Amino acid sequence: MPGLETLFFLLFAILTVIFAVMVVVAKNPVHAALSLMACFVQIAALYILLRAPFIAAIQIFVYVGTIMVLFVFVMMMLDIRKATSEPYLPAKLWLLALFPLLLGVLLLVGLNVGDSFKSITQTSQIELENTTSELGHALFTDYLLPFEVVSVILLVALVGAILMAQKGKR
Amino acid sequence: MVPLSWYLSLSALIFVIGLCGVLLRRNILIVLMSLELMLNAVILNFVAFSFYLQDLRGQIMAIFIIAITAAEVAVALAIVIALTRNRATLRVDDINSMKG
Repeated sequence: MPGLETLFFLLFAILTVIFAVMVVVAKNPVHAALSLMACFVQIAALYILLRAPFIAAIQIFVYVGTIMVLFVFVMMMLDIRKATSEPYLPAKLWLLALFPLLLGVLLLVGLNVGDSFKSITQTSQIELENTTSELGHALFTDYLLPFEVVSVILLVALVGAILMAQKGKR
Repeated sequence: MVPLSWYLSLSALIFVIGLCGVLLRRNILIVLMSLELMLNAVILNFVAFSFYLQDLRGQIMAIFIIAITAAEVAVALAIVIALTRNRATLRVDDINSMKG
């Protein structure tokens, strides 16, 4: 009898994979965006299973709330009707699918055969409860410089995005 | 308890699905979304290792990756808008000339 955590992991994992496949095979980019949103929500649930509630909240805020809204907003501005009716690939390039499939098989075999990860699967007690306050403490002490650099990068990206999307000469 | 290799396998699956999307789809918006999928697989790896090794640095790395991803998507979508204004295409195959 598997535990409740295993059942929930399997549920979220299966839903994640289904929605991820739907992102790739969807003809209409809007359907792909909605599937991607559902996929991100499932991954946020997985973060809660991993006792990282802050990352889960950030995932919902940033990915579902901001990035996907940005995608849908851009689709609204562009004409995507032509894109919904075109084929995936020219037929001779279908062999390209072989490489990701090969990589996937190699990764799955490498991760599951052998026991290189067995030594760290047995975490007897959980020390990292209530990680949010520790995370904030670490961000503002040990990782203050990277934190500030990231904020500057965000500012630069914002200015650059506005500048590039601007109409007219500059 | 769920073994670590399950999380890593799930992450590998998501990564491969995203890679298929990047290689096989021609629509630039879907290519960008598949890139997001691959980045999420990486973040899932970081958080899984952070939990199983009881080390906070994985989660800090995840926060930084999410922030950089937000910046990347903003710039990429701005480029897509500028591109469709100049070339009126969303197919990555048609975007094959540079100027400058």
